[in-house]
Amino acid sequence: MYNSPVVRTSLIFVAIAILGLFVSDIAITTSNPWRDLGNFFLGILTPDFFSSEGLMTALLRTVAFAFVGVTLGSVSGFFLALVYRFLPVRIFCSFIRAIHELFWALIFLQFFGFHPLTGVLAIAIPYAGIFAKVYSEILDEADPEPGRLLPPGTGVITSFLYTRIPDCWAQMRTYTSYRLECGLRSSAILGFVGLPTLGFYLEASFSQGLYSDAGAMLILFYVLIATIPLWVRPKLLPVYLLAAPFLLGDGMPIVWGNVKRFFTEDIIPAPIRHGDGMVALGSWFNDLLVNEALPGIWNTVVLTQIALVATGILSLLAFPLISVQFGGPVRRTFGHVVLVIARSTPEYILAYILLQLWGPSMLPAIVALALHNGGIIGHLLGRQTRTLQLRPDASKGLNLYAWELVPRLYRSFLAFLFYRWEIIMRETAILGILGIYTLGFYVDSAIQNIRFDRAMVLILITALLNIGIDTLGRYIRRKLALQTIPTC
Amino acid sequence: MSGFELSGLTASFGGERVIGPLSLSIRPGDQVALVGKSGAGKSTLIRLIHDQVNRNSSLVPQDLGLVNALPVFHNVFMGQLDQHPTWYNTLTLARPFRADRTAVSALLAELGMAEKLWTATASLSGGQRQRVAIARAMYRNAPLLLADEPVSALDGPMAKLVMGLMRERFSTSVIALHDVNLALTYCNRIIGIQDGQVALDEPSEHLAPSDILPLYD
Repeated sequence: MYNSPVVRTSLIFVAIAILGLFVSDIAITTSNPWRDLGNFFLGILTPDFFSSEGLMTALLRTVAFAFVGVTLGSVSGFFLALVYRFLPVRIFCSFIRAIHELFWALIFLQFFGFHPLTGVLAIAIPYAGIFAKVYSEILDEADPEPGRLLPPGTGVITSFLYTRIPDCWAQMRTYTSYRLECGLRSSAILGFVGLPTLGFYLEASFSQGLYSDAGAMLILFYVLIATIPLWVRPKLLPVYLLAAPFLLGDGMPIVWGNVKRFFTEDIIPAPIRHGDGMVALGSWFNDLLVNEALPGIWNTVVLTQIALVATGILSLLAFPLISVQFGGPVRRTFGHVVLVIARSTPEYILAYILLQLWGPSMLPAIVALALHNGGIIGHLLGRQTRTLQLRPDASKGLNLYAWELVPRLYRSFLAFLFYRWEIIMRETAILGILGIYTLGFYVDSAIQNIRFDRAMVLILITALLNIGIDTLGRYIRRKLALQTIPTC
Repeated sequence: MSGFELSGLTASFGGERVIGPLSLSIRPGDQVALVGKSGAGKSTLIRLIHDQVNRNSSLVPQDLGLVNALPVFHNVFMGQLDQHPTWYNTLTLARPFRADRTAVSALLAELGMAEKLWTATASLSGGQRQRVAIARAMYRNAPLLLADEPVSALDGPMAKLVMGLMRERFSTSVIALHDVNLALTYCNRIIGIQDGQVALDEPSEHLAPSDILPLYD
């Protein structure tokens, strides 16, 4: 068994994670973490939906930002998909999607301020990069034969509309509506940097210890996501799309002077701005690299590797909850509810809550990432068990799990996990904004200190790290011949 | 243009020659049946001819090349996409014009499936799908018909009806067929292919089924 490349790869990753645990900072620093956790759950059980009218507005804004952002992203992503075969386009797309929504929001905040455009672009830009990639993959899979049969002289647009779009339409629609769900999560967490969505409301409630308000917000958010199939209807979509831009709120007006200053002064590295010459620039960069970038990269990588393995363990433990081979309908329904909650809660919100309860360390981040990603992969694996055909006399219980199910699911399990590797790293970096010393922490501090030049370099480094991990993940998936579907 | 000369045709697959070198001359009015056992190179030859005439033919390939998500109407209408401007074709996707609807539905009626005009192609049976591809080729109305086993999924009477229609609509055609009797009845020239070479080339009236059968040994 140890000769199997799949098992060997898994063991190497587990070993790296264990080594990571030794060098990581894991602790519970609050004086009474369990009482706080208890209070929080009490808050969820006693939600207060009416304490503030702000809640409904926040919910409305969350939906509006998601709709406008995802729409803009999907339309631009579609046009990018048409030229995706050109290398510069592919590089451009992988670059814009390697930067997290919150980083985009932080950048736009510096020059657009709290204008709705900040939130819309923060979602639309990275989503355009993702849409471009997935749409182009879907379009590439369309049967080329009908196109070859068209009479010569048929226009390019006509032939595209008749022979490509129809067969891809269903898949593109499914993927886009799935992305809308991701967009709602992205939109919610934009509140953490001050946009008027749910995250803003959550942070406010938490900081005042209003757990019942926070509980109400979370419950409404789950209901919103769980009922997407009910309220997102093809017939209603035009209504939403027309209404959404008007429901973003007014925010603050854009000061164009700020925009100009940001690009012509703020993001120019300080030594160049002050005309201090190349030597000064070298030492500026060296200082940035040694004191901020390298510690940030180290912590981000360590945390990512631990979270990745924790996610794996959790997904393998979670999938039996909804698998048809275990338990009756009652237990499966319970399992579905648990997994829906785990995967609908953005990891940023989970991490934020746990951080409030346990105090700052890597632990809340690891648990949050594992819960969210484990929920997603556990759900996908559990769904896959429905398609497994077992022999009638297959063993039961633990033997069934260990001898029949896990070996059959293991390859798709690894495929999902390696697909999410880059996503976990992107999230890990961003969790730094909450005070964990990953790259996001240094970006956030640089912005707090109004040193945008340093923040931009750090964001650039984060993007390159993500692209590197994405490439490595794809290489491993190809090496082990693992195939997967995109998840967010 | 409906007759053509082909000379020195070759095709290789995976380094192994499947066709030729082979020369053919098709005259206007030739309705050719390509016969020969499977793997003899009939489909490859049809493809080669299609390329040689610069795709200027009504083609019914073996795998039909239908767009499954579109209704029957649009799959047939595709035969004349080059006749209309882009805006016209785009509008037709959403709401077809009456003249086109009438023309396509008349064609489908001849093929015995008028009621399927708006059915999604994906939900049709094998024989119905084959007739949609044939309808598309007829709607295309090119001077030459190239068809690869176009009636393989049709029952006896329907196969005869469709072969009759194709003979009527296309004065020049090359049709790969495995049914020897259909070939003799509906085509005026039989070309037998064996191991990628022309093994037989005679007018139909000079042949009996027993002359063709040795090709299948």
